[in-house]
Amino acid sequence: MSEAHEPAPTREEGLALLREMLRIRAFEDRCYRLYGEMKIRGFLHLYNGEEAVAVGTMQALEPSDAIVSTYREHGHAIARGIPMDRIMAELYGKQTGCSRGRGGSMHLFDASRGFYGGNAIVAGGLPIAVGLALAQALQHHRGITACFFGDGAVAEGEFHESLNLAALWRLPVLFLCENNLYAMGTALDRAQAETDITTKARAYRMEAAAVDGMDVFAVGAAVRSAARRVRAGGGPALLEMRTYRFRAHSMFDPQLYRDKAEIEAWQERGPVITLTRRLKALGLMSEEDYQRLEREAQTEVDAAVRFAEGSPWEPVSELERFVYAERAS
Amino acid sequence: MTYRDAVHEALRDALQADPRVFLMGEDVGRYGGSYAVSKGLLEEFGPERIRDTPLSESAFVGAGIGAALGGLRPIVEVMTVNFSLLALDQIVNNAATLSHMSGGQLSVPLVIRLATGAGRQLAAQHSHSLEGWYAHIPGLRICAPATIEDARFMLAAALACPDPVLLFEHLYLYNMEGGVPPGLERVDLEHAAIRRAGKDVTLITYGWSLYKCLTAAEALAAQGIEAEVLDLRTLRPLDDAAIMASVRRTRRAVIVDEGWRSGSLSAELTTRIVEQAFYDLEAPVARVCTAEVPVPYAKHLEDAALPGPAAIEAAVRSVLARDGGG
Repeated sequence: MSEAHEPAPTREEGLALLREMLRIRAFEDRCYRLYGEMKIRGFLHLYNGEEAVAVGTMQALEPSDAIVSTYREHGHAIARGIPMDRIMAELYGKQTGCSRGRGGSMHLFDASRGFYGGNAIVAGGLPIAVGLALAQALQHHRGITACFFGDGAVAEGEFHESLNLAALWRLPVLFLCENNLYAMGTALDRAQAETDITTKARAYRMEAAAVDGMDVFAVGAAVRSAARRVRAGGGPALLEMRTYRFRAHSMFDPQLYRDKAEIEAWQERGPVITLTRRLKALGLMSEEDYQRLEREAQTEVDAAVRFAEGSPWEPVSELERFVYAERAS
Repeated sequence: MTYRDAVHEALRDALQADPRVFLMGEDVGRYGGSYAVSKGLLEEFGPERIRDTPLSESAFVGAGIGAALGGLRPIVEVMTVNFSLLALDQIVNNAATLSHMSGGQLSVPLVIRLATGAGRQLAAQHSHSLEGWYAHIPGLRICAPATIEDARFMLAAALACPDPVLLFEHLYLYNMEGGVPPGLERVDLEHAAIRRAGKDVTLITYGWSLYKCLTAAEALAAQGIEAEVLDLRTLRPLDDAAIMASVRRTRRAVIVDEGWRSGSLSAELTTRIVEQAFYDLEAPVARVCTAEVPVPYAKHLEDAALPGPAAIEAAVRSVLARDGGG
């Protein structure tokens, strides 16, 4: 874990980070329940345990940056600032959803926030990120492109082709590998001869570092530092965020491939619990503060569910819209 | 002017007209393009806009999608349609879906140019006509410039379109000589074109097969049979109105497609004619397609596999025989 921690946070910084992680946690827990109630259908991949990666990353990026995400992207979308009610409405398949009910959990989009979608083809987003960065470079934009993918993606050809192309053309891509140790049910060491993902990145001559993905400060510091170099024209970089998902891969996963003790050990160093302990130990947060943040997150999720429940369905007459771009008449 | 010159001029025009346009692909720069289409463009426009790529079809096609999302107007050259299968994920899962899946927030104004087709003894991994596969996919626009004028002007129309457009250039056409009608400065991507008028049968085709149909039509005319030749130009969306208007006039249709017949574009065309113009037909629709084999190397075998004027003539005569006409 090569990135040094930044100085101790202020109360405001600490509470803001915890607040964002609690918003994601509350949203995901509610999604779990709503899936059981059959309000949400399709595939649902929850982000519990990985909140520090999304929150630490997004607060270190700029509004002009572009984001390319995966099918486990609720946390990325929330931390990027997409209103929770629009995300929940999308999970409900409603017209008010952030993809007008056409994407669902795996395909959240918000062009106004540079959020180019959850991609449900493993590694499928990496080439797009290279192209977004090419557009930024050729147009001399200040923005960079942050591209999330999981440890499973490093087995795909598109990972290798994209890292090479981004490095060859020195494009402003920040590759963010969320290494949660399992590609669905296949552990990294059962799929990869070289399990150190930073080594693969260095083979393409880009800077790479492993980061404690359970520590929101470590994530933020690493992303700030890497983004600064990428933004300055130093070419792409890769950060391997070492993290863990607390819940199953999807709602159909009986988790036969990992034992409970392993899950419990990771939960013990989960991002929410460790930040809570740390802020309390530093005297920056009281139990009342924590309770208030949790209550606020629940209230926001309640409102998002009410919004989704009350929203209209896209009329079936609109089914074939947007297959081709609609030209101004 | 050759077809190759026409595509080259189209690229030059596009690069001059719009600073957002750039060309990328394998060997488009220093080498000059595998079919020499982009020769000289690197010198004129520089390496930022004429970008040689590694042999990474998925990455550079996907990068074209990303660059289009990011506000540029990329032209991606994929050396042949056969190699585009390495980028199928990007074309089908991303380029074709992003507009719809984002509820209309995104559009992908990307142009992909691909060489297609057989006829040069390049065997089974360089000779297939897979444009019909791509025409299966909602979200894509599939075009096949067969004439010098379309080679010259379809690119501009494709670049002006906010959707992903695949331009299939038949490799046999690059050396074809011809000209552009005086005064013609633009073409559209919407309409099929009648390349030869006739009253007895409609030959529906595109790409290199257009010329085989025109040859067959000349031979048939000598026998007193007037064939109309309809160049589809765009394979998705199909110009149903033009197809049905011609078929209703001639009351007979023969589809000539270098793709295979099973599960194909020719099957789709046949179905549409049956659905929309069945009672106007004097005879069943006929098809002339590539034999159901991977295209072989040896010249006599390749020739035997592909649609040719003789087979087209025979199909027309058999259609006419079915209703006692001709």
